[in-house]
Amino acid sequence: MIWVDTVLQGVLLGGLYALFALGLSLVFGIMRLVNLAHGDLIVLAAYLILMIVTLLGLGPFLAALIALPIMFALGWALQRVVLNRVLGTDILPPLLVTFGLSVVLQNALLEGFSADSRRIPAGWLETASLPIGPISVGVMPLLTFLSAIGVTLVLQFIFYRTSLGRAFRATSDDPVTASLMGVKPSSVFAQATGIAMVVVTIAALYLGTRANFDPTTGPARLIYAFEAVIIGGLGSLWGTLAGGIIIGVAQTGGAQINPEWQILAGHIAFLVVLLIRPRGLFPRAFD
Amino acid sequence: MALLETRGLTAFYGDFQALFGVDLDLAEGETMAVIGANGAGKTTLMRSIAGVIAQKPDMVRFDGENIGAMAPDDIMAAGIAMVPEGRKLFPSLSVEENLLMGAHRRKVDGPWRLETVYELFPILKERRHQPGTALSGGQQQMVSIGRALMSNPRVLLCDEISLGLAPVVIKDIYAAFPRIRETGASIVVVEQDIGQAMKVADRVHCMMEGRVTLSGRPDELSREAIHDAYFGAAA
Ligand SMILES: Nc1ncnc2c1ncn2[C@@H]1O[C@H](COP(=O)(O)OP(=O)(O)OP(=O)(O)O)[C@@H](O)[C@H]1O
Ligand SMILES: [Mg+2]
Repeated sequence: MIWVDTVLQGVLLGGLYALFALGLSLVFGIMRLVNLAHGDLIVLAAYLILMIVTLLGLGPFLAALIALPIMFALGWALQRVVLNRVLGTDILPPLLVTFGLSVVLQNALLEGFSADSRRIPAGWLETASLPIGPISVGVMPLLTFLSAIGVTLVLQFIFYRTSLGRAFRATSDDPVTASLMGVKPSSVFAQATGIAMVVVTIAALYLGTRANFDPTTGPARLIYAFEAVIIGGLGSLWGTLAGGIIIGVAQTGGAQINPEWQILAGHIAFLVVLLIRPRGLFPRAFD
Repeated sequence: MALLETRGLTAFYGDFQALFGVDLDLAEGETMAVIGANGAGKTTLMRSIAGVIAQKPDMVRFDGENIGAMAPDDIMAAGIAMVPEGRKLFPSLSVEENLLMGAHRRKVDGPWRLETVYELFPILKERRHQPGTALSGGQQQMVSIGRALMSNPRVLLCDEISLGLAPVVIKDIYAAFPRIRETGASIVVVEQDIGQAMKVADRVHCMMEGRVTLSGRPDELSREAIHDAYFGAAA
């Protein structure tokens, strides 16, 4: 029974990691950009939600709703003003720029909010739980997991059922030919990063309500996100969700054996999957 | 006045000059063939018109406007669609999605939409849910042509649509051209295969080493003149 509980908690934790990862996966899938500031952007969004909660006295969910369009606009502008300029055949410039952005964000947050760790208050939800048979499941972990599935479904819909998604895929295949179809790659990329920042905000809501965070929390989130994306297969959204779950289950499983092994077990699972399937679980047929 | 003009069009790849002052005129409703050997500069010419290679504004004029410096997506929106060399289907899109991409930006009412493209190339309707790249070369070429038609372009640029295809397949594809012409589109076909190009064209221009070396109506050009213009008089 204890193992059923462990696996279930791991699956739910995987939902959080999937939320960290889906924005990264989206951006990488469309423009082959590895955003090293992804984790810091999640932390930035968490501070934004915290500010809205404190200043306006709103609940965290309503605050996140207000943060969504702000973060979309920020992502759009970031792509337009900075990232579009460094995207090209060489992958090094975007890596350097996003690394620089990561450092700048951490320092700016440190200036603005100090190094104290903070938490977004979620009231009674923080401790609420539902009994499922003999197992008790936290409401927040459950909401996190359902949100991860919801985000995957919505992104999947955008990708495969809308003309914007068609343009995403076409531009990812071949930006020059896409431009011959009337697509402006710079604008498609800006919309993609805007959407990724919406996902980042949802991730930030759960990161900030379920655990403490401080300005340096970002890079560790980036690693989990990165591992989930690679396990799933670059560019596959369902794969990213699966990748998050695998890391989550490995972590709770490891912790069950020895609490000190939690983090390590997640990284080992990542390495094992890479050894068996170097291109991830659901790689794209072509690249 | 010509619908599409190039004036003194030059093009460079780094230090290498690929075009040396090309002047061409395409009238409304006309079909022009541009022929020339490997490396003559045909693709460079097409990419310059389509905006993939940026030019000085007045080197390319379309409908009285200087478009030489415009971005490719804006040129497509203005009404110039390209069937690129090598077909260039989007591998992660189905046949139908590839076709729909053609009308992504330029959505004008006209003769061409999914149904009429499927009438032109019925095999595509059968295969519409398959990935574009699962099709044979000839069928892929049909998708690429259909995709360009979906925008109801005023000018259709076709870069070596016969490349790598069997003669019978080439004939099939060229059989669609009278229908495309009937709809009023002006067409530029670039070919190494002189025979097909001469059959559909009102005017033929021969290119060699970045220059137009011979121009005329297909019936007034002799084999020898074309041979000389194609390979140089010494060849
Ligand atoms: N990207 C490039 N970089 C450098 N040189 C190029 C490039 N593309 C073409 N060239 C050169 O420019 C010249 C013209 O090339 P272009 O592709 O326009 O010829 P083409 O007439 O289309 O030939 P083909 O019939 O083989 O398609 C050639 O000498 C070619 O080597
Ligand atoms: Mg060529």
